[in-house]
Amino acid sequence: MWDWNTAREGLPVVLHGFGITLLATVLGSVVAMVLGLLIAVLRRAPTRWVTVPVRIVVEFVRSTPVMIQLFAVWVLVPGLDPLTIGIAVLGIHYAMYTSEVYRAGIDAVPQGQWEAAVALSLPRGRVWRAVILPQAVRKVVPALGNYVISMFKETPFLSVITVQEMVHEANEYGSVHFAYLEAFTLAAAIFLVASYPTSMLMRRLEKRLAQ
Amino acid sequence: MSEFLTQFSRSLPSVWQGVSVTLQATVLSALLALVLAFVLGFMSRSDQLLVRGLSRVVVEFLRGTSLYVQLFWLFFALPILGFKLEPLACAVVAFGLNYGAYGSEVVRGALNAVPQAQWEAAVALNLSPWQRMRRVILPQAWVQMIPPFNNLLIQLLKSTPLLSLITISDLTFQMDQLRSTTGNTAAAYVTLLVIYFVLAYALTLLMNALEAVAKARLGQGSGLRHVLKPPSAGITDPDGRAARAGGV
Repeated sequence: MWDWNTAREGLPVVLHGFGITLLATVLGSVVAMVLGLLIAVLRRAPTRWVTVPVRIVVEFVRSTPVMIQLFAVWVLVPGLDPLTIGIAVLGIHYAMYTSEVYRAGIDAVPQGQWEAAVALSLPRGRVWRAVILPQAVRKVVPALGNYVISMFKETPFLSVITVQEMVHEANEYGSVHFAYLEAFTLAAAIFLVASYPTSMLMRRLEKRLAQ
Repeated sequence: MSEFLTQFSRSLPSVWQGVSVTLQATVLSALLALVLAFVLGFMSRSDQLLVRGLSRVVVEFLRGTSLYVQLFWLFFALPILGFKLEPLACAVVAFGLNYGAYGSEVVRGALNAVPQAQWEAAVALNLSPWQRMRRVILPQAWVQMIPPFNNLLIQLLKSTPLLSLITISDLTFQMDQLRSTTGNTAAAYVTLLVIYFVLAYALTLLMNALEAVAKARLGQGSGLRHVLKPPSAGITDPDGRAARAGGV
């Protein structure tokens, strides 16, 4: 049954793991944001030799479980520490989703903006940096934010490759003290407390940007 | 590699066994999720503040607490409270509740996206609330729901390797066995990823077919002829937000 003392003693352990969870979320998001943008731009490349392979990779990575991807990279790439692998794999997996978000944003930029940029004979790099992306990215910030929240809730997968994030710590505390009830309830509560306000924030942002 | 293939073909029965366990968990969870999605989705449109509020709280709770933690909670913590579920039942309940919560947002969004005039026309024709929903609103909303439901279904399938963590002999478990007997890690994982990819693609084709049929009922599209098109866009949308906003 529920024991408050066990819960109180378990809290610091679980919170310690939460630090790793946050770190993985933040760094994983950076990977997903940067790589996703790169992929979105590549998918607009003028040649099929680029767009088709990129599309195949995106479809494949997006349709396969992140847990298996984590296992595969962990076993096949020796010499990297689990947290680095976790951040990279999670970031790459989510980059496939964010690339679609950016793509939708880029598609939503009116054709006239491209034509105007051509008429001004801007070089291709500046068309992207100064004209298209500032308009495209602004609109999709809430959607990107929602993926960060999704990723946050998937960080427990990192525990399968021995990363000591929150759920790993909760699991360990639970098994040592036979306190699974307290440990996992705490982990669930922390997830809820952290993700709910963030998702409210994204919803607000969405409404504001829609105006 | 050839050694791996020999071993793989020899253990095809157990791999197939794993595929069927994985698919069984996916289908059962998806059915539970579908029912819950409709229940919570309709509740969120109720006139009663209490019913609406209850649905909101349940949805936010289920979405906010992480599927992984929910599954482990059901598997490890619930028995301490005196309820012991079979591992497969744990998985189906956890997946069903979690994806049902996400699905309810899809249902809500799709119902909201049916133009107001359709509701008014149904009232003007003196249809009963049941007829209005069954004959006018749902057929239109259903078409909107299928693409985001497909995304959720693929995500659900992608969550199923969790089964292997709670002692279920699913596809991931069987391939892991194969990996340790052959010692060929790369081949085993690549094969596993490819199998998952094929399963995901098959589910997408099925959902595309469902969408084509639903559209044909509305007099749109040309039925099943164009099912083999590439999967439709909209996968960018974890919560079905596009459906809520009224179309992708």
